[in-house]
Amino acid sequence: MVAHAEIRVVHLGGSKINFREPVITNDSRFLLCASGESVKVYSSSSEECVHDLQGHTDLVSGIVRNPSNHLQVYSCSADGTVRLWDFTDGILIKTFIIGYPIYSIYVSENHGGVVFVVVPMANDKSSELFQLVAVHLPLSGDQEVEARELSAVLCDVSPSGAASFGRKGEYIAAVKGLQLEVFFFKKQKSHRFFLKSGNKKGAKNAFTCVSCHPKEDCIATGHEDGKIRLWRNFNQKKEYTYSTLHWHHGAVNTLQFTPEGTNLLSGGIESVLVQWHYTQEDQKDFLPRLGGAITHIAVSPDGSLFCTSHSDNKITIIQSCVKVSAIIQGLVKGEGVRTDLTIDPRSKALVLNGKPGHLQFYSLHRDKLLYNLDIVQQEYIHEEGLDQFEVVKAAFDTRGDWLATVEERTQKGLELEINLKLWAYDEQTQSFMLNTTVTAPHEDQITAMCFSPSPETTMLVTISFDGHFKAWLLADHSDTKEGASWSCDFVGGYHHLKPGCCCFSADGSLLAVGFQEVVTVWSPSWELLTTLSQPPGAIRDLCFGRLSCSKYLLGTSTKNQLCCWNLLTCSLEWSTPVDVSLLQADPLSENMAAFCSQSGCSDLFVFKPGEPRPIYSQKALCTGKVQRAVFAPRDQMLESCEEHAQWLNRSQLYFFTQHMDLMMFSTKTEEDRLLASSKRLMVDDTVAVTPFYLLLGKHRQQQEALTNPMAERIQLPQGSIAIKELLYTPAHVLPSASFLCSMFVRSLLISSSSASEEKEPVEEEMESEEEDSEGEAELRDARQDLGGSEAWGPGEELGAPALTKAQERELRRVKHFDHSWLSSILEC
Amino acid sequence: MASFKSTKIPIYPKLGEKVTPDTLYWKNYKAPVQIKEFGAVTSIDFSSLAPHNYAVTASTRIHIYGPFSTEPVKTFTRFKDTAYSGKFRSDGQLLVAGCEDSVVRLFDVSGKVALRVFKGHTKGVHVTDFTSDCYHILTGSDDYTCRLWDIPNSTELTSYKEHTDYVRCAITSKLNRDIFITGSYDHTLRVFDARVEKSVMTMDHSQPVESVLLYPSEGLLVSAGGRYVKVWDLLKGGQPLVSLKNHHKTVTCLSLSSNGQRLLSASLDRHVKIYNTTNYKVVHNFDYAASILSLALAPDDESIVVGMTNGVLSIKHRKSSEEKREMAGKQRMQPVYRIFVKGRNYVPKKDDFLVSKPVKSHLAKYDKQLKKFNISKALDTALESWRRNKNPEITVAVMKELDRRGTLKNALAGRAEQNLSLLLKFLIGNVVDPRFTPVLVTATEMILDIYQAVVGQSSVVDRQLVCLQELVEREVDYQQDLLEVLGMLDTLFAASLPRKEVPCPGSSRPNGLAEGCLGAPGPQLQSA
Repeated sequence: MVAHAEIRVVHLGGSKINFREPVITNDSRFLLCASGESVKVYSSSSEECVHDLQGHTDLVSGIVRNPSNHLQVYSCSADGTVRLWDFTDGILIKTFIIGYPIYSIYVSENHGGVVFVVVPMANDKSSELFQLVAVHLPLSGDQEVEARELSAVLCDVSPSGAASFGRKGEYIAAVKGLQLEVFFFKKQKSHRFFLKSGNKKGAKNAFTCVSCHPKEDCIATGHEDGKIRLWRNFNQKKEYTYSTLHWHHGAVNTLQFTPEGTNLLSGGIESVLVQWHYTQEDQKDFLPRLGGAITHIAVSPDGSLFCTSHSDNKITIIQSCVKVSAIIQGLVKGEGVRTDLTIDPRSKALVLNGKPGHLQFYSLHRDKLLYNLDIVQQEYIHEEGLDQFEVVKAAFDTRGDWLATVEERTQKGLELEINLKLWAYDEQTQSFMLNTTVTAPHEDQITAMCFSPSPETTMLVTISFDGHFKAWLLADHSDTKEGASWSCDFVGGYHHLKPGCCCFSADGSLLAVGFQEVVTVWSPSWELLTTLSQPPGAIRDLCFGRLSCSKYLLGTSTKNQLCCWNLLTCSLEWSTPVDVSLLQADPLSENMAAFCSQSGCSDLFVFKPGEPRPIYSQKALCTGKVQRAVFAPRDQMLESCEEHAQWLNRSQLYFFTQHMDLMMFSTKTEEDRLLASSKRLMVDDTVAVTPFYLLLGKHRQQQEALTNPMAERIQLPQGSIAIKELLYTPAHVLPSASFLCSMFVRSLLISSSSASEEKEPVEEEMESEEEDSEGEAELRDARQDLGGSEAWGPGEELGAPALTKAQERELRRVKHFDHSWLSSILEC
Repeated sequence: MASFKSTKIPIYPKLGEKVTPDTLYWKNYKAPVQIKEFGAVTSIDFSSLAPHNYAVTASTRIHIYGPFSTEPVKTFTRFKDTAYSGKFRSDGQLLVAGCEDSVVRLFDVSGKVALRVFKGHTKGVHVTDFTSDCYHILTGSDDYTCRLWDIPNSTELTSYKEHTDYVRCAITSKLNRDIFITGSYDHTLRVFDARVEKSVMTMDHSQPVESVLLYPSEGLLVSAGGRYVKVWDLLKGGQPLVSLKNHHKTVTCLSLSSNGQRLLSASLDRHVKIYNTTNYKVVHNFDYAASILSLALAPDDESIVVGMTNGVLSIKHRKSSEEKREMAGKQRMQPVYRIFVKGRNYVPKKDDFLVSKPVKSHLAKYDKQLKKFNISKALDTALESWRRNKNPEITVAVMKELDRRGTLKNALAGRAEQNLSLLLKFLIGNVVDPRFTPVLVTATEMILDIYQAVVGQSSVVDRQLVCLQELVEREVDYQQDLLEVLGMLDTLFAASLPRKEVPCPGSSRPNGLAEGCLGAPGPQLQSA
């Protein structure tokens, strides 16, 4: 994939975080979700990503808590493995190899050592039928274990999220199509319940989701037509009953009982979280307008936090069904990206449309979504088949003072509704304010739009299929109250041809508009200066050369031509038969990037318009066509001496592949530099004196004494990366103060139950245990040598002159405690 | 959880002229007082003395009006033929007037009989003026001459015979007693110096000159003739500065507003245009009932007096500041401002404990219904009579919102006769409004679809439907006519525009592959 070792293509922007149900940890402090090939651990209070658990080699298709250890989770993936993670430290504990692609995973407290996974029936990926199998996880100390002990539980289940364990794990309920199947583990028997397909009154009875009551024998199922059925008495084949709840008007996407079983949560396309009271179903609470359609609901084990995944790549954390406390928002991408990629000149953020009716500002520097700007400013109606306003075009002027957006709504059989909006940047609020709305600026779709880069005028040009292009000018009515607003200045056309693209020259002195096969060049006073054409094939893209190449105009046509015209002689300089799907000019240099599609793959050529010889080329960049691309200017110029990497010195090139993955070109030196800077961040040695420091300091000092027994003066704790890392770890990643404090206090107590505490599961502490014993041996020596040096450790002050046996032991325990905990920090 | 976004009510641009400080200034006049004179009012002149009386010359009389009287304060009737150009001296004591019988008469403002009679012209004297030293009189006559007369001796001082047509306008310099400017139907403007025998400067207006005007600084000269108003720079030897063509008939009179910032021109096309004297753009426009012959402004723009060909004298007085306040007082019927701000501008003290209260966003009635998805009720609230009549854009916006939600049909359906007729009434009133047509046509189609089964059951609804049909048919005809006119205009424009050849290398020589290969070295992208 990579032609030159120094330039590599880096994946950016993360994957979908709403693919599977997220998991909230027992203490409600972390939220885990599957994201592409990794599992992400987010802090539920600060919305920051704490860990990225990497290890799977294919899409992660499910996460569950380990019922026997609340600090561990299982994850399954399409690569055929189930992995056990310690999410607080971000370590992979074990890998169980199943051997078949796994589509979801279920566990139950009452089935220890067994996980239930959904795998294809036949051993090939193309199979449409799936089965639920129980996997006995072998107990073994190895890191990688093959788990081949599979036993089928249910046949023909749906691949995702449509199964649930009932009371005390006695049965499992799964739904698919029009059937509900309940499998009783004791009897090893399953009951099936069928519903009619029910065309009457628009009823669509197909099951969509299922959830079992944790305390009672009750199964809740959601249906296509928005009904929820509560099934009871289902251990008999015939005398089962069900009651129906109906509020949703679209399909019920997800159902979840709260851990105590008092409430049932449901969500669907309406984006309303509905809380049904279990015994009084007529009472319900609503939490409306959460964002996109709700796809999953998860509840924390203590029932205090809910979280909902939304179709717009978002996870909302809700406190006790009242308040939204945190929102984890990923980059929204997909088929809906209709605007070109643009760069906000102020924030240097990548701008594209995301949520319906919004523009998203994505910081490339931090790889994080900054904010969403509401463009349409209308209440979004969550309903299928409704024609909504979509943001289709966005453009910034060169200084970032103005943003122009085009939104449109197509209706069946009715005319197109188009609005052109112009937003002014407001310094005080640090965001864009709506200045002018132009309803129906053109009679047909707007195909391109650009601001004039000239500093004197603020001008926008829009190009539309109605055969016209319009120039909009900012008219200053400073004498009246309204202030500046935009108005149409000029309407142009050329022989009633449909214009397709437009481009301003770098100084704004020329405007090129491509009318099918003809390129027209206009002066700022709207005189048609010249026309250029290169038949056959309509012009697809136009670009002016910059800096030293400003006399060239480049155009691509549908008939696989890349042409370069010299504007001084008005003649063709060179042309080449290449199927260029996308042409982008670097705003800071002469370079141009052309993405060409050839036999299902995309190639990249970087060249200067002056010479028809690429300065960089990369074949087979990705499969399919490159959809969008943009040059993002760098903050600092990179000094790279390799000839073929020089084009990346001023700007970075970002692009969207066919599968809407955001990619970036980056150089090796740059990555090294980044790595170095992140390391430099951690190194520092002056530390404030806090109780926390004293606790650690005592520890450090002991170690110091071991290594350098001759040192008389008190040394500042330095050297150990572990402590530095600990002290420089962001506060939100650290354990809570109460946690540290109780441990500190407990270490001072002379416990009588030390024996019981030593029985802790020590699986993950084995290495640290060894270190401990070593340390202890040395410690005793050190004690004898330097009895007085502990004087500044408050914990030790009492027993400074001579250590009793009990104190000695207590000290050991303190050390043991801190160490194991530190080592865990060290891993992060 | 985002809050409910209220329905956007589009703000439509106000049609008509923009409100500028100029329009506000010039609109601040009372309704005009109209006085019928005996014939066409050819000249109006304000006295510079305190009450600022003005002399109106019409037919064979000169009337002197007080600033607020509608009856003449004084009348001079001793003219044997049509009188022209009654002018006050700068001290306001004397008045001079020309006459069709070629005699120039000088009156004392308080007397009746002419103090002096100047005879010498052979034809009607259309223009008279005092020189700035108050001892001489300038006259211009249809015998192509202009003359200077001495008042004490009542003798002719000089006669200039340079014009080759009627002299119809003249002005004396206020700064120099010897300088005066005349304009004539021979298309020229001439600057004379009484100390020299010939004109010192000649400018060609290229139209018969009807009126001349000097700026207070006397550096610029304004002349009107034909449809043009031209401004000349005297200090640059009579160089033309601007030529304004804003009237579509002959401009007859010019005037400066008191502060010299605005220039007024009156014309036979019944308009008075006001120009900004810095950029010479029209800032305001007055319309009158008949062709205007004369125009004058009282000092400080206290009143605008216009004389017309039908003998009507129209006087507009400026609204005094008291009256304005009175008007404002009438409008203020709402509660006092401090009731609104009560308790809201309280600044918390240092030790106060602040309890933050969530700001409750206020939603309009129809928005509350929309929030609850009560679509019919939302439409009902939007159709409330006051809202429907006063802000039809709100009703239309709610309809549009319902249409966007795909529920407009449901909201329109199931209405009783009374309710339906209300709806139809609204449609009849607004469907042809171009701002609302796109939405209301959809609504109308839906109503017709829904209620076609019940046509004929209610006479009220039927009548309204017929009315709606007629309205739509009329509108369609009207649009068709407009399109025809547009087509004609297009043809006219296309014919009048000079045909310009666009330099197109493609048309003259093949701009194709052949040349590309000849030019630059062969493209190499492919081989790379």
